[in-house]
Amino acid sequence: MTNSAPALRVPSEIELDRRLYRRRQNGKSVAIALVSTLVFAALVWLLVVNTPGWTAVQQSFFNLDVAISAFPRVIEGLWLNIRVLFFASIGVLIVSLLLAVIRTLRGPVFFPLRALATGYTDLFRGVPLLIVLYLVGYGVPGLGLFPRMPAEFWGTVALILTYSAYVSEVFRAGIEAVHPSQRLAARALGLSHAQTMRKVVLPQAVRKVTPALMNDFVAMQKDVGLISVIGAIDAVRAAQIETAASYNFTPYVLAGLLFVLLAWPTIRLTDWYSARMRRREQMGSIV
Amino acid sequence: MSSPDARLAAGPDGRPGMAPDTGIEPPVLSLRGIRKSFGDVEVLRGIDLDVRRHEVVALIGSSGSGKSTLLRTANLLETIDDGQVFLSGTDVSDPRVKLDAVRARIGVVFQHYNLFPHLSVLGNVTLAGRTVHRRGKAAAERQALELLDQVGLADKAREFPDRLSGGQQQRVAIVRAIATDPELLLLDEITSALDPELVGEVLELVRTLAQGGSTILMATHEMAFARDVAHRVVFLDGGLIVEQGTPERLLNHPEQERTRKFLTRFSGTGLTPPA
Ligand SMILES: Nc1ncnc2c1ncn2[C@@H]1O[C@H](COP(=O)(O)OP(=O)(O)OP(=O)(O)O)[C@@H](O)[C@H]1O
Ligand SMILES: [Mg+2]
Repeated sequence: MTNSAPALRVPSEIELDRRLYRRRQNGKSVAIALVSTLVFAALVWLLVVNTPGWTAVQQSFFNLDVAISAFPRVIEGLWLNIRVLFFASIGVLIVSLLLAVIRTLRGPVFFPLRALATGYTDLFRGVPLLIVLYLVGYGVPGLGLFPRMPAEFWGTVALILTYSAYVSEVFRAGIEAVHPSQRLAARALGLSHAQTMRKVVLPQAVRKVTPALMNDFVAMQKDVGLISVIGAIDAVRAAQIETAASYNFTPYVLAGLLFVLLAWPTIRLTDWYSARMRRREQMGSIV
Repeated sequence: MSSPDARLAAGPDGRPGMAPDTGIEPPVLSLRGIRKSFGDVEVLRGIDLDVRRHEVVALIGSSGSGKSTLLRTANLLETIDDGQVFLSGTDVSDPRVKLDAVRARIGVVFQHYNLFPHLSVLGNVTLAGRTVHRRGKAAAERQALELLDQVGLADKAREFPDRLSGGQQQRVAIVRAIATDPELLLLDEITSALDPELVGEVLELVRTLAQGGSTILMATHEMAFARDVAHRVVFLDGGLIVEQGTPERLLNHPEQERTRKFLTRFSGTGLTPPA
């Protein structure tokens, strides 16, 4: 408001000196970090390369020719993983939000619904994803109730079932972290319970839990690779096929690297976002 | 804000005049035998209170005497154990009445503002208009900007609440409460969370509203303010209305011993009744 002047003011001698000192210190720390990282990497590299089995391992795990020939198939498989991830994420968001809202409903009328949602989250947070995959991937089609669906469809369903249980807990924590006075103010304005949820509580809750949600998303990015166990030809399965054909494990390494590449942007984004949130909170901490 | 139109001319002392009690128009708010307990503690033990159109009523009483609870029961934010709440003649404590619709007709301002931090000032002010009263975005925003302009906050319309001072936040909260033209305004110690130098700007706004003919029921610790704008002061103690009357009468010549005792605590303000 009235503090635009200090920006134009020339800092005092002391301040300039302090800045220079800080800059130098910064430069020094960066240099130290860089050098120590390089030294450490070189040591590890030397250690690994000089192990007696290195040549054999290099041949069967880091073979460039095998990697190149396996690439088209693995990348095609990865594309399937990405599509599954896409639909599973949307499904998880919808189901988990629903579960979370149901679990925060009050009043005896909602007891059965609430109990159902609680039972669901308890169950699916406990059962390993692998088992859910087998049960859904082989069991449900076996019922003959649904038209024939590809394995990736059931894989997506299994992912949604498992991850919704986790993510709904995250949402619930967010909803409960919104101060009751916010709800009170909204109801006082005449907003209904549903309107209060939609316009006041959920927007604040989602903001609070975004970093946690992104973490779960990263975890799911890895776990889409598990759909290969029920026969979906994804990146992992493609790597398996290539490995069998070439008697070489490089395709697995390739698939692993591709998964890391896939997850990396989200991981960075999560870090950046949490840092930003922290900064904002510190700024507004004088309430 | 409703302009100080032909509603009613100001009374002789500069206060808004009160509607003549024609006996035809029911009070805006009418509480009958309100009882409310929290656990074993009976906080309200049978409250009868009327607030007529254009009337400004101040609730005073020591901390914990149930002022906030009373205001919340008037808005049905609190379930009551017994008694009835009438809003413009309708029994709104009847379970068949749609509570959301009733609350939409009453504006509330809280001690701690309770603005929505994820919405801009404009978003805060227009939320009820758009979601409850189904006004169009353009119309709601035009009206909101007009109101914000009247309270000198037009330039803050796009800011978020955490960028405003306490006084500014509370003024936004008041604008939010009056944006939907409520029949009744409930104010719960709206200045007690403010720094002393910010109290004035908020009270000034309430005074304008009172002079504009708003019907107000307010809990307050600001005796000087109550004396200044209220038509009637109600002293609450032990879950009952001990005494009520014009500010002049109640603050200067209290009849009850308990009222006198309560008021001596404000002796520094020159409001003490002669002993
Ligand atoms: N939700 C609640 N649960 C239990 N007890 C409550 C609740 N709300 C209020 N009370 C109790 O009811 C009594 C009256 O509280 P209330 O907030 O209405 O007082 P008040 O007159 O507004 O006080 P103050 O001037 O401090 O705001 C207090 O003893 C308080 O502890
Ligand atoms: Mg109170």
